[in-house]
Amino acid sequence: MTQPVTGRGRLRVQDLSVAFRIPGARVQAVDRASFEVRQGRCLALVGESGCGKSVLAHALLGLLPGNATVSGQAWLEHGAEPVELLAASQAVLARRVRGRAIGLIPQSPATHLTPVRTARAQLQEALRELGSRAVADDLAARYGLRPEELDRYPHELSGGMAQRVANVIALAGDPWLILADEPTGGLDRPLVDRAMTTLRELCDEGRAVLLITHDLRAAEQVADDLAVMYAGRLVEVGPAAEVLGRPRHPYTAGLVAAQPNRDFVPIPGLPPELTRLPAGCAFRPRCGHATERCATLPPMDGGVACHHVLEDRHA
Amino acid sequence: MLEATGITVRYGGRTALEAASLTIRPGEVTGLAGPSGCGKSTLARVMAMMLRPDAGTLTVDGVPVTGWRQRAPRDLRTRVALIYQQPRLAVDPRLRLAEVIGEPLAANGRPDGERVAELAALTGLTGELLTRWPHEVSDGQLQRACVARALTLEPRYLVCDEMTTMLDASTQAHLVAVVNAYRERTGAGVLAISHDPLLLDRWADGVVDFAGGQGPTPGQPGRALRST
Repeated sequence: MTQPVTGRGRLRVQDLSVAFRIPGARVQAVDRASFEVRQGRCLALVGESGCGKSVLAHALLGLLPGNATVSGQAWLEHGAEPVELLAASQAVLARRVRGRAIGLIPQSPATHLTPVRTARAQLQEALRELGSRAVADDLAARYGLRPEELDRYPHELSGGMAQRVANVIALAGDPWLILADEPTGGLDRPLVDRAMTTLRELCDEGRAVLLITHDLRAAEQVADDLAVMYAGRLVEVGPAAEVLGRPRHPYTAGLVAAQPNRDFVPIPGLPPELTRLPAGCAFRPRCGHATERCATLPPMDGGVACHHVLEDRHA
Repeated sequence: MLEATGITVRYGGRTALEAASLTIRPGEVTGLAGPSGCGKSTLARVMAMMLRPDAGTLTVDGVPVTGWRQRAPRDLRTRVALIYQQPRLAVDPRLRLAEVIGEPLAANGRPDGERVAELAALTGLTGELLTRWPHEVSDGQLQRACVARALTLEPRYLVCDEMTTMLDASTQAHLVAVVNAYRERTGAGVLAISHDPLLLDRWADGVVDFAGGQGPTPGQPGRALRST
């Protein structure tokens, strides 16, 4: 029943930066991020809260507030006419991108839904806006929801059901790229596992998945590739198994070691304020390997942005 | 010991907990596991005296907590501190971080700036961060303040209800270490509620599986409020 989504579509992000003007300060939320996600693959963007992950997602969908300035390029390449998301007008984003090319699975699905209407009403609204002739019940059944569950109000849905409703709405327009923004917030482990299985299936159907999460273990379950973000900058990018198995950036190594089934030792200190990043590598004040060289910003080279790449030491 | 026996709680017509029992011993970390909606948080609120059960008894170091409607007696209430899952719902947005941490001291009529600074430093919060409003800090920073606040009155028991679910691995490891250091120093008992088996495996001395049926203490487990 599910049409396999085929093709060689990809999202290619080049030097994406986002800054916010706030009274008396400028917040550099994302600083020259470059990455790529292709159909059939899942890229997980990981990092701690406040590091700029969600801002990046909102930039791609044109959902940033008015005090944001965006630069760089984000090419959505699928079919004949590529779209550059950052320069595209709201009309183009609405007509061609949101819900059609890119489906958004939001943070905390239960609160994303309108509390005053049933799940069915909200799904039908999405289908109507998309001009889709799909039947709500069929679509819901495909993602494990019974018709009577669609007739519930959001407060009557369990966490797992709300998650599935959000999935169905995100997929109503059959998008080839799925953007999942912390889809596991507040879910218990079995539900996290189920959400990750669903994302993997979407990948295996041939969709591209960009997963944004602070949960390394969830990322490990589903991601082919991993991008680690610290204070608005990508610090390490590569195949998920390699990045988590043999982290090369000291920050990645710290995150991996902090897990309860590993050393369970925190990274010392706190992440810097985005309003006043230290010069050079933003991780420098917390890093045991830092030297004077780290006062200059290390370039991204071979998938890692660090002057003291860890494999050098262990070689 | 902090002992809950035969606790039943109903919300409207629905039963969230039925005859549940749980014991927290000083100096130990008791893990409490179970799926969403099984009544873990309800039991946490009962044990922290934030919620009066419909039936059952709670005793704190041998003293039964009885005869209250709105608030449990202060000397019992302050022996147990509760740390919530979502820090943003657990602080007054009109207080700066230093005031959030010092709120229990101020409410007890003995404000103590030095103690606030000391506890804040323990959780990694220093300097200018303490003058910020909650909306100016991240979830992780706000949860650090909530942990500091929970320790201000030197509780005998700490109830950590999904304390680190919203947090990244590094902040989680830090806050668990803060709670553990406090436990070792004061001999406090800890109830660690989590749905993460790896975390409980690492943190708790023993784990009660609330959904599975048989806890190590006598009594019935919580009954599901809703199924997922």
